[in-house]
Amino acid sequence: MKAPLSWILEHVDVPAGTTTEHLTDRLTLTGLKLEAVVSPGRDITGPLVIGRVLTMEPEPQKNGKTINWCTVDVGDANGTGEPQGIVCGAHNFEPGDLVATVLPGGVLPGGFEIGARKTYGHLSAGMICSARELGLGDDHDGIIVLPPDAGQPGDDVRPVLGLDEETIELEINPDRAYALSIRGIAREVLVSVDGASDFRDPADRQTPAANDQGHPVVVEDAEGCPVFVARTVTGFDPTARTPDHIVQRITASGMRPISLAVDVTNYVMLETGRPIHGYDADKVQGPLVVRRARDGERLTTLDGTERNLDPADLVVADDSGIIGLGGVMGGETTEMSGTTTSILVEAAHWDAVSMYRTGRRHKITSEAGRRNERGVDPTICEAAADRVVELLVEHGGGRAEPGVTVVGAPPATPVVEVPGDLAARVSGMDISEERSIECLRAVGCEVSVDGSGSGTLSVTPPPWRPDLTDAQDFSEEVIRLVGYDKVPSVLPTPPSGRGLTRPQQLRRRIGRTLAGDGFVEVVSFPFVGTSDLDDLGLPEDDPRRDLLRLSNPLSAEAPFMTTTLLPGVLRTAGKNVGHGNTDLAIFETGTVTFPRHAGPAAILPVDRRPTDEEFAALDAALPAQPLHLALVAAGDAVAGGWWGAPRPVGWADAVEAVRSVAASLGLELTVTSAELAPWHPGRCAELSVDGEVVGHAGEVHPTVCQAFGLPKRTVAAEVDLDLLIAHAVHLRPAPTFSSYPVAKEDVALVVDTSVPAADVESALREGAGELLESIRLFDVYTGDQVGEGRKSLAYALRFRAPDRTLKEGEAAAARDAAVAVAVERTGAVQRA
Amino acid sequence: MSGPNTDYDPVEVTPLKAEQVDEMREAALAAIAAAGDLESLKQVRIDHTGDRSPLALANREIGALPPQARKDAGQRIGQARGAVNQALAARQAVLEAEHEERMLVEEAVDVTLPTTRGRRGGRHPITLQSELIADLFVAMGYEVSEGPVVEAEWLNFDALNLGPDHPARSMQDTFWTEPAEDHVVLRTQTSPVQARTMLTRKPPIYVVCPGRVFRTDEYDATHSPMFHQVEGLVVDEGITMAHLKGTLDHFASQLFGDGIATRFRPSYFPFTEPSAEVDVLCFVCRNVDPASCRTCRGEGWIEWGGCGVVNPRVLVACGVDPSVYSGFAFGMGIDRSFMFRHDLEDLRPLFEGDVRFSSAFGTEI
Repeated sequence: MKAPLSWILEHVDVPAGTTTEHLTDRLTLTGLKLEAVVSPGRDITGPLVIGRVLTMEPEPQKNGKTINWCTVDVGDANGTGEPQGIVCGAHNFEPGDLVATVLPGGVLPGGFEIGARKTYGHLSAGMICSARELGLGDDHDGIIVLPPDAGQPGDDVRPVLGLDEETIELEINPDRAYALSIRGIAREVLVSVDGASDFRDPADRQTPAANDQGHPVVVEDAEGCPVFVARTVTGFDPTARTPDHIVQRITASGMRPISLAVDVTNYVMLETGRPIHGYDADKVQGPLVVRRARDGERLTTLDGTERNLDPADLVVADDSGIIGLGGVMGGETTEMSGTTTSILVEAAHWDAVSMYRTGRRHKITSEAGRRNERGVDPTICEAAADRVVELLVEHGGGRAEPGVTVVGAPPATPVVEVPGDLAARVSGMDISEERSIECLRAVGCEVSVDGSGSGTLSVTPPPWRPDLTDAQDFSEEVIRLVGYDKVPSVLPTPPSGRGLTRPQQLRRRIGRTLAGDGFVEVVSFPFVGTSDLDDLGLPEDDPRRDLLRLSNPLSAEAPFMTTTLLPGVLRTAGKNVGHGNTDLAIFETGTVTFPRHAGPAAILPVDRRPTDEEFAALDAALPAQPLHLALVAAGDAVAGGWWGAPRPVGWADAVEAVRSVAASLGLELTVTSAELAPWHPGRCAELSVDGEVVGHAGEVHPTVCQAFGLPKRTVAAEVDLDLLIAHAVHLRPAPTFSSYPVAKEDVALVVDTSVPAADVESALREGAGELLESIRLFDVYTGDQVGEGRKSLAYALRFRAPDRTLKEGEAAAARDAAVAVAVERTGAVQRA
Repeated sequence: MSGPNTDYDPVEVTPLKAEQVDEMREAALAAIAAAGDLESLKQVRIDHTGDRSPLALANREIGALPPQARKDAGQRIGQARGAVNQALAARQAVLEAEHEERMLVEEAVDVTLPTTRGRRGGRHPITLQSELIADLFVAMGYEVSEGPVVEAEWLNFDALNLGPDHPARSMQDTFWTEPAEDHVVLRTQTSPVQARTMLTRKPPIYVVCPGRVFRTDEYDATHSPMFHQVEGLVVDEGITMAHLKGTLDHFASQLFGDGIATRFRPSYFPFTEPSAEVDVLCFVCRNVDPASCRTCRGEGWIEWGGCGVVNPRVLVACGVDPSVYSGFAFGMGIDRSFMFRHDLEDLRPLFEGDVRFSSAFGTEI
């Protein structure tokens, strides 16, 4: 809410010498946060003075325009006292008029520097200003002609035009809708600034009594529209200009001046908070009817949009049909125009929820809607309508018709029982019941204390505070006036906590392990489009293509919640490569979303705890959201340097990175070969723990690399961390080891290239028996010596007994037993 | 083995001539002294103590002497050989020491050569900031609670006193999912974890919840559709705003430095009543001459987050008896805290994933 300070202070007095800073500090500390203090002239520097036009000579130009060559008396402001020669394109003035003149050296809003320059064959030394050029609104039809008593030539024009007038911009929270008005802000000044006094309520006025001579109004939905007031002004001069002070105030308040009739309704809305609608009375046919819309009804609103109405929309209709979306926006057919001479003024109180729904349904945001949906004082409709009539008569030469239509009455405000010590209990401050009552009365509440000594206050909130419904709401009113800054600082004493849960600890450990292994963590948005999954090369029936769609995505290209972190990390890797970070290893952890298609997550009641079944059903309706890890590496794993050649990243780096993560959880991965997009079909490892697949790792398919702008041989992995963590070894028994000597045996086995090394190794392990301490594949050879389609795997075996030194030949026998199983299982042939 | 000496007149044999033995010894000592390195000393050893060396030959002749002469000669030669061996050992030690010293000089390398062969990893600063914050609270006895980011509308809004027609719903531009009748949203705040916590634990409850949240904000220097919040919730008997203030003052001083306190301003959140905006004293200028302070932009205080006393309606919806328990809750932007703590003006580097950004923070902040 933007509010000119002078307007606020028209309605409340503050002690002499109260600075804007003090006033806004107090408002901020009691709940109306200052956003900015602005004045229209803040960007204007240099000489801007009153000038008197001495002469003006119209000079037609070749381009068809006529300019005026003027001499302007600017007093001594130009240092010479001589008239100033200025070219002006406007024609709405004549010699003798006082005008706003900016002299060379002046700077206007937008950094527009004024100098003496040659134009249209003259040296134009300055400019005669329009309202728009001074930032005073949109009016650029002509220059500003000042009233004859504005001052003497050469006087500063700023005070005359209110250029130094300060406007404060306040952030208004939804519970303080009353502060969307000068009335509400002035009231806040009264309660928050020490020594403020004499609040003059703009809505406190004598209004003519209702009678049956006014425009007929039928309210068919009294719940939707509890109060409807109609007044009529006739004989209005549609050409009457809006007085400058009204234009300045509504402009400063952030609204656009349009015409006197519209400006006045806006002015009164800003002043009282009550939105007003004006109809061209001559276009209204018959009685106004307030009702809900019917199926299929349509309305073209003031903004020119044709809207299909919903049966829940509150509308105003006449004999011609619907003429307005009540409280939200008027219709085109009865819009006030440049020929309107009779005005029907509507000040109605609307149901806030209906206003909110209609605004949302039709995507209309308007100043009126903003107030109506938050709740407006229902008791001021007559006063606001009367104020509009008064201003229309005063400035538009109209006549107030005697008819006053008032339908309905403000709903009663329920009394709330508030414990007298509630503010003290909530705040932890020593606030007496008396102080609480004092504060509540200050904000407009009626408070009565029952004599029973129960310590309960009966509080009636003021009509402009529909937000005050619960006892606790009133405690905030008390505490904010006592002062949030007075709340003491006391540490509570929690019971002993249990620290991080094990999964929480392990997630941290995983991050540290990867960072220790040279991976850098990144964070990406979880939004994807089908094209991202196409880039991954996922087949049509891949379960990762079953995506949760957002109704209102930021980008039409990425309307889904992702099922895989790979598009994000691959995209990020591609960007890094593009930035020259070519030797790269990154990882990301985050949840992914797999829809369960389990039906709606119910909207449960809020007046009780949901049952355990209801709560469980709620969770079951949500998508599965496992925590994933994805990693990508490209370029060199080990840099080249004085120590030797670089080692490029390979598929094994991806597998090893996951192995390292698993090892940090005390787990050993089982690796089998698999085919899964986006990996290279021959270089993809399926990773499992205790028979459960937890993820995949390997080299990224060359086509996918290309799609993501990554070099060939980029590697990647994706793992379900929730699964992995579920398998983590917790209380591991301490190891024991033998201190007897080790016996080493090497063995080389030739197998078909298609035989996985893991199979050979497990066969050897099994055959070697209990004496085997460790086994390590130290060489893989393919070539002439083993023949086409074959490979030689060389293993180093270490044998040891826990309780004795092995006897001569014992290790060799175990080795032979190992080889025998490998031969049987894998068709291996032992190499000589 | 040499046999008895028959070539020499036994009376005339060398060992008997003292001056000759002295000469041999002196020659050996001179050669030892002259040996400049271990290699030449080795030759000197062979020449003067080897089997064919004069002293060895002379020693061999002792056997040919008459018994009465043997003792004398033996002693003389023995002394000479002893002196030579001693000198050799001493020289050997000197030369070895010299050699070693030379080797150490020769083996010197340029230790300023680059040593980094592999890549250096790093964790994301927001992860680190979240953990740091969680740890501050865990140290006080709090636990870390969690909830999903794709959340039930009821938990994100209704249970938190944000009914379907609450104007505050439009304050938080929500991502909705399809189909709309499923009532599932991307959580706009970490507050649904409050509700989840109260629904699954019994008071006393002391928890924090750092996590990702989503709003339909266009991505720019100060807005992101995804960002991070930390939520705090306490539900216990007799909890007041003063406890909230004490907790946030402690939090602020732990995160930003000793003496950094908070300031409350009245605000509005449906799930708290009373509600407050929390400002934290600018930890750079400490509100002393803030005009030129970049961090707080001349304010002296920095907007930090929102908080308040848990609205009794929320307690009711979550099965906590408001006549027995009261609570407080707060929510801070983690990204925002990080930004002003680390002087970052544009939040986008947090989500762009350039490795140079995260790497700069290593594994702890």
